Amino acid sequence: MNQRRTAGVIVLTALAANLAWVLFVGLPQWYGTPPQSAVAAAAPVAPAATGRKIKARLFYVGEDGSTLVGVEQDVLYGEGAVAQAKAIIEAQLAAPAEPWVSAVPPGTTLRALFIARGEAFVDLGGELMRALPGGSLNEMLTIYTLVDALTVNLPAVNAVQLLVEGKEVETLAGHIDLRRPLAQSLALVAEPTGPTDGR
Amino acid sequence: MWSTLVLGLFVLAARHLAGQGGAGALTLVARDGRRSIPIAIVNNREYVALDDLAATFQLAVREESGALTVSYRGRTIVLTPNQALASVAGRLISLPAPTARAGGRWVVPVEFISRALAPIHDSRLDLRAASRLLVVGDLRVPRLTMRYEPVGTGARLTVDATPQTASVVAQESGRMSIRFEADALDVVIPPVQAQGTTAIVQAIRAADPATLAIELGPRFAGFRASTQTVDASTRLVVELLANAATETAAPPPAPPPAGELPTFGGPTATIRTIVIDAGHGGEDEGTKGANGTMEKDVTLAVARRLRAVLENRLGARVVLTREDDRSVPLDERTAAANNNKADVFLSLHANGSIRPATSGASIYVAAFTDADRSAAALAPARVPIFGGGSRDIELVPWNLAQIRHVDRSTELARILEHELETRVPLGARPIEQAPFRVLESANMPAALIEMGYLTNDDQERQLAGAAFQVAFVQAVADAIVRFRDVLSAGSGADR
Ligand SMILES: [Zn+2]
Repeated sequence: MNQRRTAGVIVLTALAANLAWVLFVGLPQWYGTPPQSAVAAAAPVAPAATGRKIKARLFYVGEDGSTLVGVEQDVLYGEGAVAQAKAIIEAQLAAPAEPWVSAVPPGTTLRALFIARGEAFVDLGGELMRALPGGSLNEMLTIYTLVDALTVNLPAVNAVQLLVEGKEVETLAGHIDLRRPLAQSLALVAEPTGPTDGR
Repeated sequence: MWSTLVLGLFVLAARHLAGQGGAGALTLVARDGRRSIPIAIVNNREYVALDDLAATFQLAVREESGALTVSYRGRTIVLTPNQALASVAGRLISLPAPTARAGGRWVVPVEFISRALAPIHDSRLDLRAASRLLVVGDLRVPRLTMRYEPVGTGARLTVDATPQTASVVAQESGRMSIRFEADALDVVIPPVQAQGTTAIVQAIRAADPATLAIELGPRFAGFRASTQTVDASTRLVVELLANAATETAAPPPAPPPAGELPTFGGPTATIRTIVIDAGHGGEDEGTKGANGTMEKDVTLAVARRLRAVLENRLGARVVLTREDDRSVPLDERTAAANNNKADVFLSLHANGSIRPATSGASIYVAAFTDADRSAAALAPARVPIFGGGSRDIELVPWNLAQIRHVDRSTELARILEHELETRVPLGARPIEQAPFRVLESANMPAALIEMGYLTNDDQERQLAGAAFQVAFVQAVADAIVRFRDVLSAGSGADR
């Protein structure tokens, strides 16, 4: 765990210099704009042409309704941590194949994503809060689907803070504190029981 | 001069608590005096102007290529207009609201001071948002929590000072004063109800930066003051004795009922006050069942039943965070527990799942990350202690107050599980830890109970019905009685 974190810090320190200008000089230009006009690290992850894929573990609601199940899936390759993180989140937000059901409400969009010092900031569209059904379980499953999708697949990400419409939110529906980055939690993740044949 | 400023602060704090949040000022307290920084309200948020901060804290602000760069001794903060993110010495942080333009100036949310400026500034900057106080440098500014309550024919004033702070109580003619060994006080003064000839105390106010003045009423006959140390706080209890007023053959001033005083021996060793939070309310309905049962209604019904049973069985004071169908911000719910000095805080909820089969109750305890724990372990403070000398105490940030109570909260959760399991259906993992916002700043053992799933047909019927509610409430009451016994058996042993 610590080793992984240290590795993440090293990777990020190297990236930090490059990212700095993108985030804080480039930020005003591309932040909140559609990916087509994005620059540098925020470049669109799906330039359809390449089609190169990686394997990533995405998370869906288990049959018992109260756990997440990790499912290995093909995800578009992204050049660099930010592009890869965006590709993973986009894949996680896409409607899953039957019989999987996502805890994240369908139609939730990714507005922007940054990584700095091992912390990823994932900015989601406001439909997330409007469409989320009540109850702390739904809230936790939604949050940890996204937190774990990044922290499990990307060693450069230790913690994830969810933003909505570009802003920090106190909670999604009155329960879990989103005012600071959340670390990975596998407490909700169960062993796969669904129709994966594994390896 | 100082007293006017302090009085101003009290007025602002009182208004803040009343939920009005009008524009005012942040009072900056430093070694060389005080000054105010105007507050502007933008989109219902408190903002301060960047150039006011620049003048106060020797910052240089530059605007270039759409970004605002704030520098201080080679360290920089980069802000982007209309964005709620900032880079602080290369680290990305979030702010509760975006940098904005108001009155022709750049303004930032007040939290900018604690989250962006404090990490790069040489002086310690301690923002006390609730009382709109900004402490600069290593000053002694204890946070005071006060309670004024009638006891028998008299009254009791309880003042908890955190960190530990010595005080001297004196009385001359119609006024009593409590002087603290401090540079300033961070306090919100509670209202005093009785007025006119029935009053023992007419008003409590600030007299100078570190003194509270108590204006005594006609029924005041004398007082007894005592102090004790509770965790990181000093508790001062002033018993105010009443004269017999109109009665002719007046007996000597009646001391407060004997049973009440000894309980001060250890506030954690017994349970005097319980705060119950009925989750959601008002526009926030929470989760909802297929037949229309709403979480906010179930939580309130159970909270009311629980209050009645706990008052009967424990003789405890039970406070609900809401008495009716209204929306209450999460911070106010936790503040109700802290301000009432609750010994136990329970938040009640009902759950929802996208799978209708999911059912059963679960109990949650707050979870903290390694980063939270290291933030909490930062900066032990050296404080004076009674009888001379000083000692180091651990200063836990107010918003992470629950960190110190997680073990006790877990013990409470285990007892709750044990009492609930024979009486209501439990979920697959009955006890879990998660970063529940309402628990994090609770300064006492605290747990959140999800009573069951409204998205499950059977459970929706159960949760709305008396049989389940009575069984649930009995189990929780039994658990609190057991928790009290565990606390009194274990107090002292683990301190
Ligand atoms: Zn709830």
